[in-house]
Amino acid sequence: MTLEKENTQVKNVLDKVTILYAGDSGDGIQLIGNQFTNNTALYGNDLSTFPDFPAEIRAPLGTLAGVSGFQINFGNSSIFTPGDLCDVLVAMNAASLKKNLSRLKKRGTIIVNTAGFDKKNLRLAGIDPADNPLTNSSLEGFKVHEIDITKMTRENLKESSLGSKERDRCKNMFVLGFIYWIYNRSLDSTIDFLERKFKGKQEVLQANLKVLKSGYHFADTSETFSNRFEVKPAEMQPGKYRNIVGNQATALGLIAAAHRSDMNLFYGGYPITPASDILHELAKHKNFGIKTFQAEDEIAGVCSAIGASFGGDLATTASSGPGIALKGEAIGLAVMMELPLVLVNVQRGGPSTGLPTKTEQSDLLQAMYGRNGEAPMPVIAAQSPSDCFEMAYEACRIAIEHMTPVFLLTDGYIANGAEPWKFPSAEALKPIVLKVKDARAEEDAPYLPYKRNEDLVREWAVPGTAGAEHRLGGLEKDKETGNVSYDPENHQEMVKIRAAKVNRIAKHIPKQELDSGTTSSKLLILGWGSTYGSIKTAAKELQSEGVDVAHAQIRYIHPFPENLGEILSNFDKVIIPELNDGQLIKLIRDRYLIDAKGLNKIKGLPFRAQEIKEEVLNHLK
Amino acid sequence: MPEVLKEKEQKKLSAKDFASDQDIRWCPGCGDYSILKQVQSVMPELGIPKEDIVFVSGIGCSSRFPYYMNTYGMHSIHGRATAIASGLKASRPDLSVWIITGDGDSLAIGGNHFIHLLRRNFNVNVLLFNNQIYGLTKGQYSPTSELGKKTKSTPAGSLDHPFNPLALSLGADATFIARSIDREPKHLKEILLRAERHQGTSLVEIYQNCNIFNDGAFSTFTDKTNKKENSVYLEHGKPLVFGAELDKGIILDGFHAKIVSLKDDNVSIDDLWVHDETDRNKANILVRFFEDNATDADARPRPFGIFYQEERGTYEDSLSQQLEQEVELKGAPDLNKLLAGANTWKK
Repeated sequence: MTLEKENTQVKNVLDKVTILYAGDSGDGIQLIGNQFTNNTALYGNDLSTFPDFPAEIRAPLGTLAGVSGFQINFGNSSIFTPGDLCDVLVAMNAASLKKNLSRLKKRGTIIVNTAGFDKKNLRLAGIDPADNPLTNSSLEGFKVHEIDITKMTRENLKESSLGSKERDRCKNMFVLGFIYWIYNRSLDSTIDFLERKFKGKQEVLQANLKVLKSGYHFADTSETFSNRFEVKPAEMQPGKYRNIVGNQATALGLIAAAHRSDMNLFYGGYPITPASDILHELAKHKNFGIKTFQAEDEIAGVCSAIGASFGGDLATTASSGPGIALKGEAIGLAVMMELPLVLVNVQRGGPSTGLPTKTEQSDLLQAMYGRNGEAPMPVIAAQSPSDCFEMAYEACRIAIEHMTPVFLLTDGYIANGAEPWKFPSAEALKPIVLKVKDARAEEDAPYLPYKRNEDLVREWAVPGTAGAEHRLGGLEKDKETGNVSYDPENHQEMVKIRAAKVNRIAKHIPKQELDSGTTSSKLLILGWGSTYGSIKTAAKELQSEGVDVAHAQIRYIHPFPENLGEILSNFDKVIIPELNDGQLIKLIRDRYLIDAKGLNKIKGLPFRAQEIKEEVLNHLK
Repeated sequence: MPEVLKEKEQKKLSAKDFASDQDIRWCPGCGDYSILKQVQSVMPELGIPKEDIVFVSGIGCSSRFPYYMNTYGMHSIHGRATAIASGLKASRPDLSVWIITGDGDSLAIGGNHFIHLLRRNFNVNVLLFNNQIYGLTKGQYSPTSELGKKTKSTPAGSLDHPFNPLALSLGADATFIARSIDREPKHLKEILLRAERHQGTSLVEIYQNCNIFNDGAFSTFTDKTNKKENSVYLEHGKPLVFGAELDKGIILDGFHAKIVSLKDDNVSIDDLWVHDETDRNKANILVRFFEDNATDADARPRPFGIFYQEERGTYEDSLSQQLEQEVELKGAPDLNKLLAGANTWKK
C-alpha cells in the first residue's frame, strides 16, 4: 500500500522516539510490538526494544498483574537502550495505564482505548469508577487521545463471519495501523506478515487487514493528530543489516560455530522461561543437521549433551537459574572429564522460581562457583541482543579449543530484546581449531587421555577411534592415564591444573578495552553483560555534559582479560552497576583489591541511563 | 578408513581383549564378577570392533563396571547414565552402547531418565544389576527391597512397597524385557547376545547377590537343592515347564496363571501355557507372576528369560530420517542465508 497522502500534513522530524505499547496480556501487545520493530528496522532507524510481560499465560483479565508491555526506542542515531521514559504510551485498558503512567515523560502522549475504561475494567484495575482517570483531572499535562478502539474494530467487522471474540482480537491491528500513520510508515511489512501467518485462513486474514488499514485511515481522517512525525533513518556503519532478537542470535551463534568447526550441533534441553526460544530457533533449522533433544528434565538436558559431547558433537544446552541449579552436578562432571560443552543461562529474577519473565544478573556467582568441589570453568556474557551471536560463537570456540564446559550468560532483557544487526558473512567468522585424535596402534604405548598441550588442554579422542579406548568419569583421575586415583599429591595437582587450564584461556581472548572515556578519566563505570546499553547511554550523556567518565564493559568474566587489572589501576573511582545485589563487584574486589562501589538494582527491570548518571554524579560531588 | 582401523577389524578378538588393565575392586564373592566375565566373553561374539563399543554407568558398586572394560567408557553421575547414553546414541547411532546401572541408580535417583529412555527406544542395552540393597553406601534398603526389610536405615523394617522393575519397564513401553541371574552364566550370556541383537532399548534385569549387605537374597533361585523348583526358564514357543524333574507346568486360567503337576493333575504338556515373547498381554501377567496371589508367592517359580520383545522404530533412526526430510524440505544448509534472515537492508 502506498502512502497517498504523504504530504497532506505537516511532518515533524524527530531525533528519537520511545513508544510503550501496553495492554492486557491477551491483547496482542507483543505481536504489534514486534511488527512495529521490524517495520522500524526496515525503515532504517536504529532501535532497541524491551518486551515486558507477565509470567502467567493468561493472567486475570483486566488486572494489573495481567498487563503486558512492549517498549521500543528508535532514532536517527545510535540507540543503545529501550529508553528510560517514553514519549508515547498506548494503553488498551485502565490497568495498563495505571501501571505505566510513571514511565511516561512529562507532556507525553497517551493513546487510550476508551472501551478499556468501563466500570468493570476500572474495578479490575483497582480504580474507583468514580475516579476514572479519563474524566478526573489526573491526566492533565499529558496529550490524551481517546479512541474507542474496540467499537471501531467491531464496526469494521460487522459483515465478518468471525465470532465476536475473534473479531475483538483484531483490535491490536487498529492500534498498529494508527501508529504507522503517525510515524509515516508503510504497512507493507505487516501485510506480508499477516499474509504468511494467516495463509489458508482467508476470513481471519481479511479481518486483520481491514482493521489495520482502518486504523491507518482513521489516524489520517480523524485529525486526532494534527501532525505526522518522522524519525529519519540512522547513520550506521555501512553494511547489510537485519533485525535480531537475543535468543535468536544465541541460536545462530551456536549454529555458526558448528558450521565453522565442521561439527554436528547437539542441543539437549528442557523448556524454561526465558530460554525456550533458543530451543525453538534451533529446532527450526534441522536441515543444518542440528539434533535438538527435548529431554525429560533439566538434568537429562545437560546429561544428554554430555553424552553427545563424548560422542564428538558440539554439545550445547540452555536454561535459566532454576534449571542451571539442577544441572550443577552434571556440569561438574563435564569439568572433571574435560569435555567441551556450552551452557547458556538466560538469567531471570531469582531466587527459586523468582520472577520468570523479568530480567536479572543474579546468576553470575552461580556460574562461577555453583558446583561442588573446586570446579572452575570459563564464564562469558553477552552485552546486547546481537552480541548474543558473537558470544555464543565464542563460547563454542573456547569450549572446543580448550576442552572445557563454558557458561554463556545472557538475560531476559537482551534475550527478548531486539536491535538491528550488521550480520557477518559465514566466511568472515573467526576460525575454530578442532583437533580430534586419529586412530593409533594400540601396541605403541598405553593411550594417555589426560596428556596436555602447552595450554594444559587434553586431547579429544572420540569413540570409534581405534587404539585410544579410554574411560572417563567423575572420580579424580591420574594426571596422565586418566585412571582413578586417590593419591593426595595427584589430587592437589589436578585441582591446580584444572584451574590453571581455565586461567590460560586469558591468552586466547580479546584484551579489555574502554568503550568510552580515557584512562585518565575521573571515574570508571564498569559493567558486565546486558547493562551495556544503559551504561553506554549514561556515559555518553555525561561526557556530552562535560563530566569526565570512562566506561568499560566486561564480556569475559572468567578468566578476566589479561589487561583488566592494569586498566582498573588507572582509576581512583570505580562504580559497578549490576542488576543484582553485588556479584561482579565481589570478583573484582577479590581479584584486584580495589575499593569499587556498587550500584545495584534488583527490580526485575534493566537500568535506566538516568539512574546510572545520578549515581556517577553523586560520586563526583 | 585409517590403516589401524582396518587391521583391528580383521583381528579376531577374545574375551581377554575386552579386559582393561585396571584392578577390579569389588568385594570378593560379589555377583558382579560373574556378570563382568559374561559380558567380556560375549563381546567378541558381537563382531563389533571394540573402539565402537561404549559402556556408560551411573554410581553404585555395579557402576565401576566401565573401568574394567577395554572399550570406551564413562563412569558418570548417580542415576544419569541413561540420560547420557541417550545423548551419545542420538549423536552416534553407529556405536554399540551399554548402560550399566543398579536398582538404586536406575529406579531411585535415576527413575525419571529410566522410564523416558525406555519409551524413546534408543537402540541401547541396559544391564540393571538388581541386588535389592544399597551396597556402596553400606547397606540401606533400595527401591526393590522387600517390604519390611530391616537395614541400617530401616531398623524397624522398610515401609516402602517395592518396585517390580520388569512391570515398570513394560509400563514404560520397553521393547525388550528380560531377566537373568549372576549365577547362571550360560543363560546370562545368551540373554546378553539377544539384548544386543534387539533393535531398540533392551532392558535386562540381572539378579546379583551382594554377599556383604544382602547375602542370599536370590538363593531361592541359585541353591542347587531347590532352584529348579523355584525358577521357570522362558523359551519362545515352548511350554512353561519347571521343577527338578520337569514335572510341573503353568497353565493360563483366564487372566490367572496356575501351577499344575504334570504327574497328578490330569494335564498333559500340550495344555500348558506356551511362551510367546511377542504377546504383550501375557507379558503383563508374566512380569507380575510372583506378585499375583501373594499368599502363595513362595510357591510360584520366578520366570527368567525374555518376557517380551517387539519391533518399534528407534529414536535415533527417526531422528536421522527427520534430519534428512528437513534437508529435502528446506534445502541444504546455507549459513549465509540463515544469518541474513528474511528481511535485510543496506546502509
